[in-house]
Amino acid sequence: MSQHEIAISVHGLRKSYKDLPVLAGVDFQVEKGSIFALLGPNGSGKTTIVKILTTLLKPDSGQVWVNGFDVTASPDHVRQSISLTGQFAAVDEILTGRENLVLIARLRHLQGPQQIADDLLHRFGLTEAANRKVSTYSGGMRRRLDIAMSLVGDSQLIFLDEPTTGLDPEARIEVWKIVKELADSGKTVFLTTQYLDEAEQLANRIAILQEGKIIVSGTLEELKKLFPPAKVEYIEKQLTLEEIFLSLVGKKANN
Amino acid sequence: METIPSYFFTDLRVMLGRSMRHVFRSMDTIITVTIMPIALMLLFVYVLGGAIQSGADNYVNYLLPGIMLMAIANSMGYTSYRLFLDMQRGIFERFHSMPIARSAALWGHVLTSLVSNSLSVIVIILIALLMGFRSSAGIFSWLAVAGILALFTLTLTWIAAIAGLSAKTVDGAAAIAYPIHFLPLISSAFVPTKTMPRGVRIFAENQPVTSIVDTIRSLLSNQPVGNDIWIAMAWCVGIMAVGYFFAMRVYKRRA
Repeated sequence: MSQHEIAISVHGLRKSYKDLPVLAGVDFQVEKGSIFALLGPNGSGKTTIVKILTTLLKPDSGQVWVNGFDVTASPDHVRQSISLTGQFAAVDEILTGRENLVLIARLRHLQGPQQIADDLLHRFGLTEAANRKVSTYSGGMRRRLDIAMSLVGDSQLIFLDEPTTGLDPEARIEVWKIVKELADSGKTVFLTTQYLDEAEQLANRIAILQEGKIIVSGTLEELKKLFPPAKVEYIEKQLTLEEIFLSLVGKKANN
Repeated sequence: METIPSYFFTDLRVMLGRSMRHVFRSMDTIITVTIMPIALMLLFVYVLGGAIQSGADNYVNYLLPGIMLMAIANSMGYTSYRLFLDMQRGIFERFHSMPIARSAALWGHVLTSLVSNSLSVIVIILIALLMGFRSSAGIFSWLAVAGILALFTLTLTWIAAIAGLSAKTVDGAAAIAYPIHFLPLISSAFVPTKTMPRGVRIFAENQPVTSIVDTIRSLLSNQPVGNDIWIAMAWCVGIMAVGYFFAMRVYKRRA
Protein backbone atom coordinates (compact mmCIF):
# COMPACT_ATOMS: atom_id res chain seq x y z
CA MET A 1 0.00 0.00 0.00
CA SER A 2 1.53 3.33 -0.97
CA GLN A 3 1.50 6.29 1.39
CA HIS A 4 -1.01 8.08 -0.82
CA GLU A 5 -3.67 5.49 -0.20
CA ILE A 6 -3.53 5.69 3.57
CA ALA A 7 -5.77 8.15 5.40
CA ILE A 8 -4.86 7.22 8.96
CA SER A 9 -1.84 5.43 10.30
CA VAL A 10 -1.39 4.67 14.00
CA HIS A 11 1.60 2.89 15.57
CA GLY A 12 2.17 2.12 19.23
CA LEU A 13 -0.32 4.70 20.45
CA ARG A 14 -0.46 5.02 24.22
CA LYS A 15 -2.50 7.31 26.41
CA SER A 16 -3.15 7.38 30.15
CA TYR A 17 -5.36 9.63 32.22
CA LYS A 18 -3.24 10.25 35.29
CA ASP A 19 -2.31 6.69 36.31
CA LEU A 20 -5.11 4.97 34.43
CA PRO A 21 -3.92 3.53 31.11
CA VAL A 22 -6.63 3.89 28.45
CA LEU A 23 -4.70 3.01 25.32
CA ALA A 24 -1.97 0.42 25.72
CA GLY A 25 -0.24 0.33 22.34
CA VAL A 26 -2.75 0.68 19.51
CA ASP A 27 -1.83 -0.03 15.87
CA PHE A 28 -4.03 0.24 12.79
CA GLN A 29 -4.28 1.78 9.35
CA VAL A 30 -7.24 3.15 7.45
CA GLU A 31 -7.28 3.16 3.66
CA LYS A 32 -8.51 6.18 1.77
CA GLY A 33 -12.09 5.87 0.57
CA SER A 34 -13.04 3.11 3.00
CA ILE A 35 -15.38 2.90 5.95
CA PHE A 36 -13.43 1.81 9.00
CA ALA A 37 -15.35 0.79 12.11
CA LEU A 38 -13.79 0.76 15.54
CA LEU A 39 -15.90 -1.56 17.61
CA GLY A 40 -15.75 -1.83 21.35
CA PRO A 41 -17.71 -1.72 24.59
CA ASN A 42 -18.17 1.47 26.59
CA GLY A 43 -14.96 2.59 28.24
CA SER A 44 -12.72 0.64 25.87
CA GLY A 45 -11.01 3.83 24.64
CA LYS A 46 -12.85 4.48 21.34
CA THR A 47 -13.55 8.13 22.06
CA THR A 48 -9.99 8.65 23.28
CA ILE A 49 -8.71 7.41 19.91
CA VAL A 50 -11.10 9.73 18.07
CA LYS A 51 -9.99 12.66 20.21
CA ILE A 52 -6.33 11.99 19.50
CA LEU A 53 -6.94 11.58 15.76
CA THR A 54 -8.86 14.86 15.66
CA THR A 55 -6.18 16.76 17.68
CA LEU A 56 -8.39 17.31 20.73
CA LEU A 57 -6.06 15.23 22.91
CA LYS A 58 -2.31 14.71 22.77
CA PRO A 59 -0.97 11.15 22.70
CA ASP A 60 1.52 10.11 25.39
CA SER A 61 3.57 8.17 22.88
CA GLY A 62 3.36 6.54 19.47
CA GLN A 63 3.08 7.79 15.90
CA VAL A 64 -0.23 9.08 14.63
CA TRP A 65 -0.55 10.29 11.05
CA VAL A 66 -3.74 11.70 9.59
CA ASN A 67 -3.82 12.52 5.87
CA GLY A 68 -0.04 12.51 5.93
CA PHE A 69 0.28 14.96 8.83
CA ASP A 70 1.60 14.18 12.29
CA VAL A 71 -1.15 15.05 14.79
CA THR A 72 1.32 16.33 17.37
CA ALA A 73 3.63 18.26 15.06
CA SER A 74 1.11 19.82 12.67
CA PRO A 75 -2.34 19.79 14.27
CA ASP A 76 -3.47 22.78 12.16
CA HIS A 77 -2.94 20.83 8.95
CA VAL A 78 -4.78 17.85 10.37
CA ARG A 79 -7.73 20.06 11.39
CA GLN A 80 -7.93 21.45 7.90
CA SER A 81 -8.26 18.05 6.33
CA ILE A 82 -10.81 16.39 8.62
CA SER A 83 -14.16 16.90 10.22
CA LEU A 84 -15.56 15.49 13.44
CA THR A 85 -19.08 14.55 14.44
CA GLY A 86 -18.76 13.97 18.16
CA GLN A 87 -20.59 11.58 20.41
CA PHE A 88 -23.32 14.07 21.32
CA ALA A 89 -24.92 16.11 18.59
CA ALA A 90 -22.90 19.32 18.88
CA VAL A 91 -25.50 21.61 17.41
CA ASP A 92 -26.45 25.07 18.63
CA GLU A 93 -30.01 24.72 19.93
CA ILE A 94 -30.76 28.43 20.01
CA LEU A 95 -29.86 28.95 16.37
CA THR A 96 -31.90 27.63 13.46
CA GLY A 97 -30.72 24.74 11.31
CA ARG A 98 -29.65 27.13 8.57
CA GLU A 99 -27.81 29.40 11.02
CA ASN A 100 -25.87 26.41 12.36
CA LEU A 101 -24.66 25.51 8.87
CA VAL A 102 -23.85 29.12 7.97
CA LEU A 103 -21.89 29.43 11.22
CA ILE A 104 -19.68 26.47 10.33
CA ALA A 105 -19.24 27.68 6.73
CA ARG A 106 -18.07 31.08 8.04
CA LEU A 107 -15.68 29.45 10.50
CA ARG A 108 -14.24 27.42 7.64
CA HIS A 109 -13.80 30.69 5.73
CA LEU A 110 -15.78 29.50 2.72
CA GLN A 111 -17.33 31.60 -0.02
CA GLY A 112 -21.14 31.67 -0.26
CA PRO A 113 -22.10 30.28 3.18
CA GLN A 114 -25.84 30.72 2.51
CA GLN A 115 -25.67 28.63 -0.66
CA ILE A 116 -23.64 25.94 1.09
CA ALA A 117 -26.24 25.83 3.88
CA ASP A 118 -29.15 25.60 1.44
CA ASP A 119 -27.53 22.74 -0.47
CA LEU A 120 -26.88 20.72 2.69
CA LEU A 121 -30.35 21.40 4.10
CA HIS A 122 -31.81 20.07 0.88
CA ARG A 123 -29.55 17.04 0.80
CA PHE A 124 -30.41 16.08 4.39
CA GLY A 125 -34.15 16.70 4.08
CA LEU A 126 -34.10 19.65 6.46
CA THR A 127 -35.27 22.38 4.10
CA GLU A 128 -38.69 22.66 5.72
CA ALA A 129 -37.19 22.87 9.20
CA ALA A 130 -34.39 25.20 8.11
CA ASN A 131 -35.69 28.30 9.84
CA ARG A 132 -36.80 26.61 13.04
CA LYS A 133 -34.72 26.66 16.19
CA VAL A 134 -32.83 23.40 16.62
CA SER A 135 -34.34 23.01 20.10
CA THR A 136 -37.57 22.00 18.30
CA TYR A 137 -35.86 19.21 16.27
CA SER A 138 -36.22 15.49 16.93
CA GLY A 139 -33.19 13.38 17.84
CA GLY A 140 -32.86 12.09 14.28
CA MET A 141 -33.09 15.59 12.79
CA ARG A 142 -30.41 16.83 15.16
CA ARG A 143 -28.10 14.02 14.16
CA ARG A 144 -28.68 14.72 10.48
CA LEU A 145 -27.94 18.41 11.02
CA ASP A 146 -24.88 17.45 13.05
CA ILE A 147 -23.53 15.29 10.21
CA ALA A 148 -24.46 17.99 7.66
CA MET A 149 -22.37 20.46 9.69
CA SER A 150 -19.44 18.06 9.42
CA LEU A 151 -19.76 18.03 5.65
CA VAL A 152 -19.45 21.81 5.32
CA GLY A 153 -16.12 22.38 3.61
CA ASP A 154 -16.05 18.98 1.95
CA SER A 155 -13.39 17.29 4.12
CA GLN A 156 -12.24 13.99 2.66
CA LEU A 157 -11.94 12.28 6.06
CA ILE A 158 -14.96 12.21 8.36
CA PHE A 159 -14.94 11.02 11.97
CA LEU A 160 -18.23 9.79 13.40
CA ASP A 161 -18.09 8.95 17.09
CA GLU A 162 -21.02 6.65 17.90
CA PRO A 163 -23.28 8.32 15.35
CA THR A 164 -26.38 6.25 16.14
CA THR A 165 -26.22 5.94 19.92
CA GLY A 166 -29.51 7.11 21.38
CA LEU A 167 -31.36 7.20 18.06
CA ASP A 168 -34.57 5.31 17.34
CA PRO A 169 -34.36 2.54 14.69
CA GLU A 170 -35.70 4.72 11.88
CA ALA A 171 -33.26 7.52 12.53
CA ARG A 172 -30.53 4.92 12.78
CA ILE A 173 -31.24 3.60 9.30
CA GLU A 174 -31.25 7.17 7.98
CA VAL A 175 -27.77 7.69 9.41
CA TRP A 176 -26.58 4.41 7.88
CA LYS A 177 -27.85 5.58 4.51
CA ILE A 178 -25.93 8.84 4.88
CA VAL A 179 -22.72 7.03 5.82
CA LYS A 180 -23.02 4.72 2.80
CA GLU A 181 -23.54 7.72 0.54
CA LEU A 182 -20.45 9.36 1.97
CA ALA A 183 -18.37 6.32 1.17
CA ASP A 184 -19.88 6.11 -2.32
CA SER A 185 -18.77 9.68 -2.96
CA GLY A 186 -15.19 8.67 -2.19
CA LYS A 187 -14.83 9.98 1.34
CA THR A 188 -13.06 8.10 4.08
CA VAL A 189 -15.23 7.43 7.11
CA PHE A 190 -13.83 6.54 10.53
CA LEU A 191 -16.66 5.35 12.70
CA THR A 192 -16.88 4.10 16.26
CA THR A 193 -19.76 2.01 17.44
CA GLN A 194 -20.81 -0.40 20.12
CA TYR A 195 -23.35 -2.09 17.84
CA LEU A 196 -22.17 -5.18 15.98
CA ASP A 197 -24.80 -4.93 13.26
CA GLU A 198 -23.77 -1.35 12.56
CA ALA A 199 -20.18 -2.38 11.90
CA GLU A 200 -21.38 -5.34 9.86
CA GLN A 201 -23.74 -3.18 7.78
CA LEU A 202 -21.36 -0.33 7.04
CA ALA A 203 -17.71 -1.12 7.38
CA ASN A 204 -15.13 -2.37 4.88
CA ARG A 205 -12.78 -3.02 7.74
CA ILE A 206 -13.47 -3.58 11.40
CA ALA A 207 -11.14 -3.34 14.37
CA ILE A 208 -12.20 -4.54 17.79
CA LEU A 209 -10.86 -2.57 20.72
CA GLN A 210 -10.76 -4.04 24.17
CA GLU A 211 -9.04 -2.67 27.25
CA GLY A 212 -6.95 -0.27 25.21
CA LYS A 213 -5.74 -2.73 22.59
CA ILE A 214 -6.90 -3.78 19.15
CA ILE A 215 -7.55 -7.49 19.64
CA VAL A 216 -8.47 -8.25 16.01
CA SER A 217 -8.87 -6.31 12.81
CA GLY A 218 -9.71 -7.05 9.19
CA THR A 219 -12.60 -7.31 6.78
CA LEU A 220 -15.76 -9.01 7.92
CA GLU A 221 -14.75 -12.05 5.82
CA GLU A 222 -11.35 -12.19 7.48
CA LEU A 223 -12.89 -11.94 10.92
CA LYS A 224 -15.28 -14.76 10.07
CA LYS A 225 -12.37 -16.97 9.00
CA LEU A 226 -10.85 -16.65 12.48
CA PHE A 227 -13.61 -18.90 13.72
CA PRO A 228 -14.55 -22.44 12.68
CA PRO A 229 -16.68 -22.52 9.52
CA ALA A 230 -20.40 -22.33 10.09
CA LYS A 231 -22.32 -25.57 10.11
CA VAL A 232 -25.38 -25.71 7.91
CA GLU A 233 -28.50 -26.15 9.97
CA TYR A 234 -32.09 -25.66 9.05
CA ILE A 235 -34.01 -23.44 11.41
CA GLU A 236 -37.27 -21.61 11.09
CA LYS A 237 -36.70 -17.94 10.22
CA GLN A 238 -38.05 -15.84 13.07
CA LEU A 239 -38.68 -12.14 12.57
CA THR A 240 -36.64 -9.98 14.91
CA LEU A 241 -38.44 -7.34 16.89
CA GLU A 242 -36.53 -4.76 14.89
CA GLU A 243 -37.89 -6.16 11.62
CA ILE A 244 -41.42 -6.15 13.02
CA PHE A 245 -41.05 -2.63 14.37
CA LEU A 246 -39.65 -1.33 11.12
CA SER A 247 -42.29 -2.99 8.97
CA LEU A 248 -44.98 -1.37 11.12
CA VAL A 249 -43.59 2.15 11.49
CA GLY A 250 -40.60 2.23 9.17
CA LYS A 251 -42.40 2.97 5.92
CA LYS A 252 -40.75 6.36 5.81
CA ALA A 253 -37.31 4.79 5.90
CA ASN A 254 -38.10 2.77 2.78
CA ASN A 255 -39.21 5.77 0.75
CA MET B 1 4.96 22.87 4.31
CA GLU B 2 2.62 25.80 3.60
CA THR B 3 1.55 27.72 6.63
CA ILE B 4 -2.08 28.25 7.40
CA PRO B 5 -3.14 31.88 7.67
CA SER B 6 -4.66 32.91 10.99
CA TYR B 7 -8.20 34.17 10.98
CA PHE B 8 -8.41 35.15 14.65
CA PHE B 9 -10.38 38.37 14.15
CA THR B 10 -12.65 36.96 11.46
CA ASP B 11 -13.40 33.96 13.66
CA LEU B 12 -13.92 36.19 16.68
CA ARG B 13 -16.51 38.22 14.78
CA VAL B 14 -18.40 35.07 13.81
CA MET B 15 -18.32 33.85 17.44
CA LEU B 16 -19.55 37.24 18.65
CA GLY B 17 -22.43 37.17 16.17
CA ARG B 18 -23.42 33.73 17.40
CA SER B 19 -23.41 34.56 21.12
CA MET B 20 -25.17 37.89 20.60
CA ARG B 21 -28.02 35.93 19.01
CA HIS B 22 -28.13 33.85 22.18
CA VAL B 23 -28.45 37.03 24.23
CA PHE B 24 -31.15 38.60 22.07
CA ARG B 25 -33.17 35.38 21.88
CA SER B 26 -33.27 34.93 25.64
CA MET B 27 -36.03 37.05 27.17
CA ASP B 28 -34.80 35.93 30.57
CA THR B 29 -31.36 37.43 29.94
CA ILE B 30 -32.78 40.72 28.70
CA ILE B 31 -35.08 41.00 31.71
CA THR B 32 -32.33 40.29 34.23
CA VAL B 33 -29.61 42.47 32.75
CA THR B 34 -31.62 45.47 31.53
CA ILE B 35 -35.23 45.55 32.65
CA MET B 36 -34.58 44.56 36.30
CA PRO B 37 -31.95 47.26 36.89
CA ILE B 38 -34.26 49.84 35.30
CA ALA B 39 -37.14 48.66 37.49
CA LEU B 40 -34.89 48.95 40.56
CA MET B 41 -33.86 52.44 39.49
CA LEU B 42 -37.54 53.42 39.22
CA LEU B 43 -38.24 51.82 42.59
CA PHE B 44 -35.37 53.54 44.37
CA VAL B 45 -36.06 56.94 42.84
CA TYR B 46 -39.85 57.09 42.95
CA VAL B 47 -40.68 54.88 45.96
CA LEU B 48 -37.73 54.83 48.35
CA GLY B 49 -35.83 57.86 47.17
CA GLY B 50 -37.84 60.41 49.15
CA ALA B 51 -36.86 58.72 52.38
CA ILE B 52 -33.16 58.15 51.56
CA GLN B 53 -30.75 60.83 52.73
CA SER B 54 -28.05 60.50 50.09
CA GLY B 55 -26.72 64.03 50.50
CA ALA B 56 -27.14 64.61 46.78
CA ASP B 57 -29.78 66.97 45.47
CA ASN B 58 -30.49 64.68 42.52
CA TYR B 59 -30.93 61.06 43.65
CA VAL B 60 -30.92 59.69 40.06
CA ASN B 61 -27.42 61.12 39.68
CA TYR B 62 -26.42 59.41 42.91
CA LEU B 63 -27.99 56.08 41.95
CA LEU B 64 -26.97 55.66 38.30
CA PRO B 65 -23.38 54.39 38.83
CA GLY B 66 -24.59 51.62 41.16
CA ILE B 67 -27.40 50.63 38.80
CA MET B 68 -24.93 50.33 35.92
CA LEU B 69 -22.66 48.09 37.98
CA MET B 70 -25.63 46.04 39.08
CA ALA B 71 -26.70 45.47 35.46
CA ILE B 72 -23.19 44.29 34.62
CA ALA B 73 -23.03 42.04 37.69
CA ASN B 74 -26.44 40.54 36.85
CA SER B 75 -25.23 39.43 33.41
CA MET B 76 -22.43 37.24 34.74
CA GLY B 77 -24.60 34.22 35.56
CA TYR B 78 -25.57 34.17 31.86
CA THR B 79 -22.00 34.42 30.63
CA SER B 80 -21.11 31.49 32.83
CA TYR B 81 -24.20 29.58 31.65
CA ARG B 82 -23.42 30.10 27.95
CA LEU B 83 -19.85 28.89 28.41
CA PHE B 84 -21.06 25.88 30.36
CA LEU B 85 -23.46 24.86 27.59
CA ASP B 86 -20.81 25.09 24.88
CA MET B 87 -18.55 22.94 26.99
CA GLN B 88 -21.26 20.44 27.91
CA ARG B 89 -22.79 20.02 24.45
CA GLY B 90 -19.50 19.44 22.65
CA ILE B 91 -19.65 22.75 20.76
CA PHE B 92 -16.12 23.68 21.87
CA GLU B 93 -14.95 20.25 20.75
CA ARG B 94 -16.43 20.80 17.33
CA PHE B 95 -14.78 24.22 17.05
CA HIS B 96 -11.44 22.90 18.27
CA SER B 97 -11.38 20.13 15.68
CA MET B 98 -11.77 22.80 12.98
CA PRO B 99 -9.02 24.96 11.51
CA ILE B 100 -9.88 28.06 13.53
CA ALA B 101 -7.91 30.11 16.03
CA ARG B 102 -8.06 27.98 19.16
CA SER B 103 -8.86 30.72 21.65
CA ALA B 104 -11.44 32.44 19.40
CA ALA B 105 -14.22 30.34 20.94
CA LEU B 106 -13.47 31.60 24.48
CA TRP B 107 -12.73 35.20 23.47
CA GLY B 108 -16.04 35.22 21.57
CA HIS B 109 -17.83 34.80 24.89
CA VAL B 110 -15.72 37.47 26.57
CA LEU B 111 -16.39 39.93 23.78
CA THR B 112 -20.11 39.11 23.89
CA SER B 113 -20.12 39.99 27.58
CA LEU B 114 -18.50 43.37 26.80
CA VAL B 115 -20.77 44.22 23.88
CA SER B 116 -24.04 43.10 25.48
CA ASN B 117 -23.23 44.96 28.70
CA SER B 118 -22.37 48.12 26.75
CA LEU B 119 -25.77 47.94 25.10
CA SER B 120 -27.65 47.48 28.36
CA VAL B 121 -25.67 50.28 30.05
CA ILE B 122 -26.53 52.64 27.18
CA VAL B 123 -30.23 51.79 27.51
CA ILE B 124 -30.04 52.38 31.28
CA ILE B 125 -28.36 55.79 30.79
CA LEU B 126 -31.06 56.80 28.30
CA ILE B 127 -33.80 55.88 30.79
CA ALA B 128 -31.92 57.73 33.56
CA LEU B 129 -31.83 60.83 31.35
CA LEU B 130 -35.61 60.65 31.04
CA MET B 131 -35.80 60.36 34.85
CA GLY B 132 -33.81 63.54 35.34
CA PHE B 133 -30.19 62.36 35.33
CA ARG B 134 -27.89 65.23 34.38
CA SER B 135 -24.12 65.34 34.14
CA SER B 136 -21.70 68.18 33.60
CA ALA B 137 -18.91 65.71 32.76
CA GLY B 138 -16.81 66.35 29.67
CA ILE B 139 -15.85 63.89 27.00
CA PHE B 140 -12.72 62.69 28.83
CA SER B 141 -14.62 61.97 32.01
CA TRP B 142 -17.17 59.98 30.02
CA LEU B 143 -14.38 58.05 28.32
CA ALA B 144 -12.90 57.32 31.74
CA VAL B 145 -16.30 56.07 32.94
CA ALA B 146 -16.59 53.85 29.86
CA GLY B 147 -13.10 52.52 30.48
CA ILE B 148 -13.80 51.69 34.12
CA LEU B 149 -17.09 50.00 33.26
CA ALA B 150 -15.35 47.93 30.57
CA LEU B 151 -12.61 46.96 33.02
CA PHE B 152 -15.21 45.99 35.64
CA THR B 153 -17.06 43.91 33.01
CA LEU B 154 -13.89 42.10 31.93
CA THR B 155 -12.92 41.41 35.53
CA LEU B 156 -16.24 39.79 36.38
CA THR B 157 -16.35 37.99 33.01
CA TRP B 158 -13.10 36.14 33.69
CA ILE B 159 -14.38 35.12 37.13
CA ALA B 160 -17.63 33.91 35.54
CA ALA B 161 -15.58 32.07 32.91
CA ILE B 162 -13.86 29.99 35.60
CA ALA B 163 -17.27 28.96 36.93
CA GLY B 164 -18.74 28.22 33.49
CA LEU B 165 -15.73 26.21 32.33
CA SER B 166 -15.26 24.15 35.46
CA ALA B 167 -18.88 23.56 36.55
CA LYS B 168 -20.26 20.03 36.47
CA THR B 169 -23.94 21.07 36.40
CA VAL B 170 -26.00 23.97 35.09
CA ASP B 171 -26.80 25.03 38.66
CA GLY B 172 -23.12 25.10 39.48
CA ALA B 173 -22.40 27.31 36.49
CA ALA B 174 -25.13 29.79 37.40
CA ALA B 175 -24.27 29.84 41.12
CA ILE B 176 -21.42 32.29 40.52
CA ALA B 177 -24.11 34.92 39.96
CA TYR B 178 -25.12 35.12 43.64
CA PRO B 179 -21.95 36.41 45.32
CA ILE B 180 -21.50 38.82 42.41
CA HIS B 181 -25.10 40.10 42.76
CA PHE B 182 -24.45 40.88 46.40
CA LEU B 183 -21.49 43.20 45.97
CA PRO B 184 -23.41 46.26 44.70
CA LEU B 185 -26.00 45.88 47.48
CA ILE B 186 -23.44 46.15 50.29
CA SER B 187 -21.63 49.18 48.94
CA SER B 188 -22.08 52.89 48.49
CA ALA B 189 -24.24 52.21 45.40
CA PHE B 190 -27.59 53.10 46.98
CA VAL B 191 -26.86 54.89 50.27
CA PRO B 192 -23.76 56.48 51.79
CA THR B 193 -21.72 53.94 53.79
CA LYS B 194 -21.54 56.18 56.88
CA THR B 195 -25.09 55.20 57.85
CA MET B 196 -24.18 51.49 58.09
CA PRO B 197 -23.25 49.63 61.31
CA ARG B 198 -19.51 49.31 61.87
CA GLY B 199 -18.92 45.75 60.62
CA VAL B 200 -20.96 46.17 57.46
CA ARG B 201 -19.43 49.57 56.91
CA ILE B 202 -15.88 48.24 57.04
CA PHE B 203 -16.81 45.61 54.44
CA ALA B 204 -18.67 48.10 52.26
CA GLU B 205 -15.90 50.68 52.28
CA ASN B 206 -13.19 48.18 51.45
CA GLN B 207 -14.76 46.17 48.67
CA PRO B 208 -14.20 46.93 44.99
CA VAL B 209 -17.71 48.10 44.08
CA THR B 210 -17.61 51.06 46.48
CA SER B 211 -14.42 52.51 45.07
CA ILE B 212 -15.70 51.97 41.51
CA VAL B 213 -19.07 53.57 42.29
CA ASP B 214 -17.39 56.53 44.01
CA THR B 215 -15.01 57.01 41.08
CA ILE B 216 -17.81 57.00 38.50
CA ARG B 217 -19.92 59.31 40.66
CA SER B 218 -17.06 61.81 40.94
CA LEU B 219 -16.32 61.65 37.23
CA LEU B 220 -19.96 62.22 36.27
CA SER B 221 -20.38 65.14 38.68
CA ASN B 222 -17.07 66.74 37.75
CA GLN B 223 -15.59 66.27 41.23
CA PRO B 224 -11.94 65.33 41.80
CA VAL B 225 -11.65 61.52 41.87
CA GLY B 226 -8.76 61.41 44.34
CA ASN B 227 -7.35 57.98 45.14
CA ASP B 228 -10.58 56.12 44.44
CA ILE B 229 -9.80 55.67 40.77
CA TRP B 230 -6.47 53.98 41.54
CA ILE B 231 -8.00 51.75 44.19
CA ALA B 232 -10.77 50.82 41.75
CA MET B 233 -8.30 50.04 38.97
CA ALA B 234 -6.04 48.05 41.28
CA TRP B 235 -8.99 45.90 42.39
CA CYS B 236 -10.12 45.27 38.82
CA VAL B 237 -6.70 44.58 37.32
CA GLY B 238 -5.70 42.35 40.25
CA ILE B 239 -8.86 40.23 40.19
CA MET B 240 -8.85 40.13 36.40
CA ALA B 241 -5.27 38.83 36.27
CA VAL B 242 -6.08 36.04 38.71
CA GLY B 243 -9.39 35.27 36.94
CA TYR B 244 -7.74 35.22 33.50
CA PHE B 245 -4.96 32.93 34.69
CA PHE B 246 -7.28 30.34 36.19
CA ALA B 247 -9.91 30.55 33.42
CA MET B 248 -7.25 29.98 30.75
CA ARG B 249 -5.86 27.08 32.72
CA VAL B 250 -9.24 25.38 32.97
CA TYR B 251 -9.93 26.15 29.29
CA LYS B 252 -6.70 24.55 28.12
CA ARG B 253 -7.20 21.54 30.34
CA ARG B 254 -10.87 20.85 29.71
CA ALA B 255 -11.92 22.40 26.41
